[in-house]
Amino acid sequence: MLKALVIDPGKCTGCKQCEMACSYENEGEFNVAKSRIRVFDFHTEARFVPYTCTQCAEAWCQHACPVNAITTDHMGVKVVHENLCVGCKVCTIACPFGTVNYNASSGKVIKCDLCQGKPACADACPTGAITYQDTEQAGFDKMKLWAAQAAAATTHEGPNTPAAKH
Amino acid sequence: MGWTRKILRIDLTTGTIKSEPLRMDWAEKYLGQRGLATKYLIEEIDPKTDPLGPGNKMIFATGPLTGTCASTGGRYSVITKGALTNAIACSNSGGYWGAELKFAGWDMVILEGKSPKPVYLTIFDDQVELHDASAVWGTSVWNTDEHIKTKHQDPMMHVAAIGVAGENQVLYSCIVNDLHRAAGRSGVGAVMGSKNLKAIAVRGTKGVKVKDGMAFLKATGEAKKVLAANAVTGAGLPTYGTQVLMNVINEAGAMPTRNHRDIQFEGAHAISAEAMATPRKSDGKKNLLTNQACFGCTIACGRISKIDEKHFTIQNKPQYWHASGGLEYEAAWALGSNTGVDDLEALTYVNFICNEQGLDPISFGATVSAAMELYDLGLLTPAETDGIDLKFGSAEALVKCVELTGKAEGFGKLLGLGSKRLCEKYGRGDLSMSVKGQEFPAYDARGIQGMGLAYATSNRGACHLRGYTVSSEILGIPEKTDPLVTDGKPALVKAFQDATAAVDSSGLCVFTTFAWTLNDIAPQVNAACEGTWTPERLLETGERIWNMERIFNNRAGLTAADDNLPPRLVSEAAKTGPATGLVNGLAKMLPEYYQLRGWTAEGQPTNETMSRLAI
Repeated sequence: MLKALVIDPGKCTGCKQCEMACSYENEGEFNVAKSRIRVFDFHTEARFVPYTCTQCAEAWCQHACPVNAITTDHMGVKVVHENLCVGCKVCTIACPFGTVNYNASSGKVIKCDLCQGKPACADACPTGAITYQDTEQAGFDKMKLWAAQAAAATTHEGPNTPAAKH
Repeated sequence: MGWTRKILRIDLTTGTIKSEPLRMDWAEKYLGQRGLATKYLIEEIDPKTDPLGPGNKMIFATGPLTGTCASTGGRYSVITKGALTNAIACSNSGGYWGAELKFAGWDMVILEGKSPKPVYLTIFDDQVELHDASAVWGTSVWNTDEHIKTKHQDPMMHVAAIGVAGENQVLYSCIVNDLHRAAGRSGVGAVMGSKNLKAIAVRGTKGVKVKDGMAFLKATGEAKKVLAANAVTGAGLPTYGTQVLMNVINEAGAMPTRNHRDIQFEGAHAISAEAMATPRKSDGKKNLLTNQACFGCTIACGRISKIDEKHFTIQNKPQYWHASGGLEYEAAWALGSNTGVDDLEALTYVNFICNEQGLDPISFGATVSAAMELYDLGLLTPAETDGIDLKFGSAEALVKCVELTGKAEGFGKLLGLGSKRLCEKYGRGDLSMSVKGQEFPAYDARGIQGMGLAYATSNRGACHLRGYTVSSEILGIPEKTDPLVTDGKPALVKAFQDATAAVDSSGLCVFTTFAWTLNDIAPQVNAACEGTWTPERLLETGERIWNMERIFNNRAGLTAADDNLPPRLVSEAAKTGPATGLVNGLAKMLPEYYQLRGWTAEGQPTNETMSRLAI
C-alpha cells in the first residue's frame, strides 16, 4: 500500500507546528527555514495552506538530476542521496511545484521523504489538516462530504428493487 | 540552550551595531523576555528619564522557549519606560516575529538613543543594517510591511512596525507585527516613534536548539494534550476566541459600560462571539471567517474577519474589503460596550484602523469613552470635537475619532493624549478610568473584587494580563473564589502576578494558563534550558521579576499613592447585576497585599525581601 500526505487547508490555523516537527526530524533543531513542508499565509483571504512534495509517480526532479542522486524507494518516495547530490539545483528548476529546495548551509537540495514512513508533520499537526493516508483512498473523505450533500437532496420514492430499473 | 546567548545592541544616534554575549548569570535569575529585559533596563537606564527622550532604551526580547515546538512558543515582549505611564512598560505580542528573531540567532535587540532621521532595521541572521525610512515614514503599518518585503525581495520576512500613531507619539500607540498582532499597551509605539525607528524586519535561517531533545518533545507533547483536552483552550478559545467572554462577563455584572457608568451592556449580544459567527442580516455572510494561530500555538484563538462591503464604514474604500484581524474581547469591549456602540461591523472597522495605524484599541476606546462622558456633561463642546456629535452609542462618532487619532489631526490630537491627560485638561481627572495613566481593560473591579487590587498594583498600569484573577473569580480556574468578596484576594492576586511574570519570561503565551499551571510549564523549560527548572524555581523567578519591576517604578518616582483606583470604582456602587450595591474594596486589600509581598506600608520592598529574592 502506498501512503501519501493529504492536506486539508480548510483545517490549517497557520501554527507551523508541522514546520518545526519537520526541521527537528531532519536537522535536529527547530528551524522553519529548513523545513521540507511550508505553510503559506494568504491572510487577506483568510487561508493558510501547508504545501510539500507530493511524491510524483513519474518525477521531474528525478529525470532532471544529472548524477542520479534522486531515487525511488519501495514506498514510491523520491529520496535525495546527500552523498551523491552535487548541489547543481537542476531538480529545483525541474520540479513544477517548487517543493525541492536548495539548502545553502549543506550545499545540497532538500525535499520531503515522508520520514521513512512516519511523517513528523502529520503527527505534529494539532487540527488534522495534515494526515498520512493510503494514496488510493486519499480523496474518499472529500468524496464522502460531497456525497452527503447529494444524500441530503435525495428522496426515497419507494422500495429499492432491481425491478424498478426496468 | 533555549537561549541563543547573543544579543544585538544598536545605537540609533550613531548607527552603531554590535553583537554581545547574553549575560547568562542574569538569564539564570530572570529566565528571559519580560524578566531578563527588565534586569537589563534597570541596569542601563535612569528610571527617571523622559520616556520619549533619547535616554530611554527599548528592548525587544524573546524567551528561551520562543522558536521551539512548545505550544504558543512564539512570543516576544517590548520592554521600555512607557510613554503613557512613566512606569515600566512590557508589552507582549504573538504572531511570527518573535520566533523569527530567535531563528536569526538573537535573544534580544536593545535599541538606544535616537536616530537623526527616520530609519528601519533589517536583521537577516548576522547581517544587520539600518536603512533610510523616508519612503515609508508617514505611511501605515500595512504599507510598511509590504514595502519592506518588496524592496528586500523577501516575502518570508516578518515585520514589526509603528503606524502613523507611533510616529506622532500618540501616547497609547503600539507596535504591530505580522499586520495584526501587537505589543499593544503603555505606548511602546510612541517610544519607537520618538527614536525615529519605523520598523524592524527579521528573517532567520538558524535553528533553535534545546538541552534535551527527547525530554523536550515528551514534555511539550504532554502539555499539548492538556491544552487540547481543556474546555477553554481546546474548544472555547479556538471556536469563539477571547470573545467567548463577552456574554459571560456581562452576565457576571462586570462589563464596564459607557465609561464605567454601568457594568452591564444591553448591546452585548450584538457584539459577542456568537454574533460574529452568525450570518449578517445585511448580506448573509459571517463577520468571522476563520481562526488563526500565532507561531507554534495549538490553541489558535486569533480572529480573522471581513467587514460587510456595503457597511457605511467601508462602502467606498475597497482597500478594506479583505480579511484581516478581527475583534478580540478586549477590543470589542473597549470600542463597543465602553462607548455604548453595538454595531459589530463598525467595531471591526475601527479595530482594522487600530492595527493599520498602530493604536492600542483598549486605551483608544476607553479614551473615547471618557471624552463621551465629558461631552455628555457639556465640558467638551462640538467646537472642540471638530463638530463630531460625541454621544455615547454613536458608531459614526467613534469612526471619525479613530480616523483622526492616529494622524493626530484636530480633535484626534486631544484623544491621543489618553484619558488621564484629556480629563485633567477639563478639570475632571476623576473621569479617567485608569491606573498609573493606563486605561482599564474589560473587567469592572466592582463585579470582580480581586481585579481591583490587580489593577491598582499592576506595574505597568491598569492591565488584566499581570494578574488575571478573573480566571479564579469567574471561571473557577484553578479553583473558584467568590468575585464579590475581598477576603483571600491579596494572596490570590500575588500568586497570579508571580506565576504570570514567569510565564511572560519563558516565551509562552499566558492564555495557556487557562489549562496549564507551572507544573505543566516547568518540565518544558527544564528540558530546554541549562540548570534545573522546577515549578518552585519558576514561581520564585516570577516574584523576583515582580519586585524588580516595582523597584524600577519606585526609582522612577512612583509611590504607594499610585496604587490606586479612580473614585468611581471605590465610591459609586454598581447599579445592576450580581454586584449591585458594591464598590471595590481596595482599601481592605492593599495593606494585606503589601504585607504578603514583604513590602513596607509605603510599598517599598524591605531589605529582607530583597535578600530573600537575591536581588
